Amino acid sequence: MSIRTVTFDAIVVGGGGAGMRASLQMAQSGFKTALISKVFPTRSHTVSAQGGITCAIASADPNDDWRWHMYDTVKGSDYIGDQDAIEYMCSVGPQTVFELEHMGLPFSRTEEGRIYQRPFGGQSKNYGEGGQAARTCAAADRTGHALLHTLYQQNLKNGTQFYSEWYAAELVTDARGHAAGVIAICIETGEAVFFKAKATVFATGGAGRIYSSTTNALINTGDGIGMALRAGVPVQDIEMWQFHPTGIAGAGTLVTEGCRGEGGYLINKDGERFMERYAPNAKDLAGRDVVARSMMMEILDGRGCGPNGDYVYLKLDHLGEEVLHTRLPGICELSKTFAHADPVKEPIPVVPTCHYMMGGIPTNIHGQALRLDGGHQGQAQHIPGLFAVGEVACVSVHGANRLGGNSLLDLVVFGRAAGLYIEEALRQGMDQAEPNSDDMDRATARLRRWDDSRSGESVASLRKELQTTMQNAFGVFRKGDLMIDGVKKVADLRGRIGEAHLGDKSKAFNTARIEALELDNLLEVAEATAIAAEGRTESRGAHSRYDYPDRDDENWLCHSIFDPKTKQLGKRDVNFKPKTVDTFKPKVRTY
Amino acid sequence: MKVSIYRYNPETDREPYMKEYEVDTGGKDLMVLDVLNLVKEQDDSLVYRRSCREGVCGSDGMNINGKNGLACITPLSLAAPGVLDGRKALILRPLPGLPVVRDLVVDMTMFYNQYEKVQPYLQNNTPAPAIERLQSPADREKIDGLYECILCACCSTSCPSFWWNPDKFLGPAALLQSYRFLADSRDQATDERLARMDDPFSLFRCRGIMNCVSVCPKGLNPTRAIGHIREMLLERAV
Ligand SMILES: Cc1cc2nc3c(=O)[nH]c(=O)nc-3n(C[C@H](O)[C@H](O)[C@H](O)COP(=O)(O)OP(=O)(O)OC[C@H]3O[C@@H](n4cnc5c(N)ncnc54)[C@H](O)[C@@H]3O)c2cc1C
Ligand code: SF4
Ligand code: SF4
Ligand code: FES
Repeated sequence: MSIRTVTFDAIVVGGGGAGMRASLQMAQSGFKTALISKVFPTRSHTVSAQGGITCAIASADPNDDWRWHMYDTVKGSDYIGDQDAIEYMCSVGPQTVFELEHMGLPFSRTEEGRIYQRPFGGQSKNYGEGGQAARTCAAADRTGHALLHTLYQQNLKNGTQFYSEWYAAELVTDARGHAAGVIAICIETGEAVFFKAKATVFATGGAGRIYSSTTNALINTGDGIGMALRAGVPVQDIEMWQFHPTGIAGAGTLVTEGCRGEGGYLINKDGERFMERYAPNAKDLAGRDVVARSMMMEILDGRGCGPNGDYVYLKLDHLGEEVLHTRLPGICELSKTFAHADPVKEPIPVVPTCHYMMGGIPTNIHGQALRLDGGHQGQAQHIPGLFAVGEVACVSVHGANRLGGNSLLDLVVFGRAAGLYIEEALRQGMDQAEPNSDDMDRATARLRRWDDSRSGESVASLRKELQTTMQNAFGVFRKGDLMIDGVKKVADLRGRIGEAHLGDKSKAFNTARIEALELDNLLEVAEATAIAAEGRTESRGAHSRYDYPDRDDENWLCHSIFDPKTKQLGKRDVNFKPKTVDTFKPKVRTY
Repeated sequence: MKVSIYRYNPETDREPYMKEYEVDTGGKDLMVLDVLNLVKEQDDSLVYRRSCREGVCGSDGMNINGKNGLACITPLSLAAPGVLDGRKALILRPLPGLPVVRDLVVDMTMFYNQYEKVQPYLQNNTPAPAIERLQSPADREKIDGLYECILCACCSTSCPSFWWNPDKFLGPAALLQSYRFLADSRDQATDERLARMDDPFSLFRCRGIMNCVSVCPKGLNPTRAIGHIREMLLERAV
């Protein structure tokens, strides 16, 4: 397979919030950079983010302090978020958010003309002592849309070179494992091209589509994780999947936590505000893992709503039409379309739904991808040429449970940080890894394999089976024997997906081929998730096991590291050494 | 139910044609996108764009029984009378007026070019303050109904003026975005923005037919925005 090569200083794979913040930084520096995205950038999943971006900009509360935000984030992470990274995110955050405003992001406003902030779950003042904080900066309930379009506009202004509707199929590495770029397919023509670059930044977002019920876009298939694992790059804390309390029952589409921030609450079939029992202080604004579990308990105990008792209600009508239409206009639209319920008049049926991947490619605060040197418990080494930012990365600021509004902040803070770092590294001279023909063969093998397939099972049916397996064995509550069974099923699926059939072999805009390549990635993410979930023998944050119901700090106050070469689970130390504040020591987590 | 879909593959078809499919929806009022996904399970060569499946990314604008809309938030019951109960076929075609790449996928280049022409980014050359630039809620409200555009192209591809002059008439979507920045109290490039539109085509080709308003899936009103720009241009002329 001989293919054309195009050369850049840096390439960014992904045009969501993280990718476009990184590319903007580099475009401003004048280095030759390209942004590759499988959809036109404003169609990336970031566009769906609703509630806002959490940051201590001291608008709602002039005394707000980024250290309080840091405390909440560390606690929310159930203590396996890296404190140096959280410190960086929370302290650099305000500057990053102000930059977005200067770029034109249409934030909602307070009477004083400042950015409007709303309360979100897990937020406190004064290190948990001062009551509920309001720290999430919002553009109505369309913050992701506003953020993504603003970043796209700024990239246009600064002349970023876009490759829209190009699909990155494989990471190219040299014999030492250094990144040399990616193989990408032009979706419109079907041509495969080698994008060669000194720095390759993965900003490919999440992979919620490994579950059958998810708030995620159809394109969230974990391509970055798949490419990394196939190239031997490990993933960290991949068992940690957030189930958002309020996905619309049946449809999976999200209604933001901002609904509860604005004063909405959950009720069971008796009309009881049940969160008062589970989290007496924070109630409906406890951590997402806590709320999701409480809802499942209500449902499992027979207090669910509807004919099958399989959801609960989110009540909003008491907020009044005015508030709902100014603060939550998008939610009103979504609820009418997907739940046939007008929140002004009736409650929305909701159920915990797969939402966010806390785990991902381990990185440091510059976005440099890491691998462990010398096996498990070894020293982390960065992988030359490879960077990851946004949901695909695990830097790790979310640990075992992400707080609402912290993802958008993660995207722009670390997208920017990686851009700054690469800019400087390029200035000082970065090496270009040179792949040989074997390396290129490996990177294109998967394309050939699908094109050569003559018969076998269909992509759609295998995808469904994989999603059902993950949904049943690796959901909100997990159980050892079910997970062991799940791991086996995924292994079986690996064999069958390796022999599946692609019917349509045409070139022009062949989305069947893209879906086949995406299925390979779903499988990689699912396998890593399954093995890591089965291996972490405790309950922490979003990972909740019947057979190990307690947090086990003695053995598991650490990151898990899944090594794709051995398919074994290792451990990595959590960073407890912030630079400017005292360590936040692990405590029992209550809300 | 019956679905009739516009098919064209440049590698194998000399001409586009309509292909009929039979789909079992179990009588449910699915979204048009769900139906497309069911068809794709039967025939993986069918091609369309989609991403968010909730009406916010703007990928799946298409012509549904004669009217432009987003497949993912158009339920069968609203696609056309008789579609849900099977009396009529669901008829899907690509957005009109743009070149077809394959099946329901159109080449959006001309649409994006017009968007870029209005310099769709905030322009303000005063040094930025250490915090955000202040904006009153009343000023902020002026860009409601403008910034929410998802660039789905449903409006521009239903506009006869855009069909005839897609290179010279900016079209409703780009004009709406132009006004989004004209109406933003933080933007300072009003004069330059207006000067670039002050010719017989860029804006004045709009005939006020309002097709754009009737199809916008986000309920936005490009015609009103165009009216505001027109007023600003006229004011500027005197
Ligand atoms: C419904 C919903 C609401 C949310 N609301 C909030 C909120 O209010 N606040 C908050 O902080 N977080 C929120 N989140 C989480 C947050 O939106 C996401 O975590 C975040 O947007 C991810 O951004 P990203 O830049 O990492 O990736 P994405 O925005 O997902 O972008 C990924 C990019 O990678 C590209 N890509 C992927 N694979 C390939 C490939 N193989 N080749 C080429 N390109 C590729 C895609 O085209 C896309 O451009 C929400 C999430 C959901 C699902
Ligand atoms: S009102 Fe103007 S822009 Fe809208 S469809 Fe008619 S001619 Fe086109
Ligand atoms: S104005 Fe409406 S129809 Fe036109 S591109 Fe924007 S969202 Fe789509
Ligand atoms: S798929 Fe995003 S608008 Fe329909």
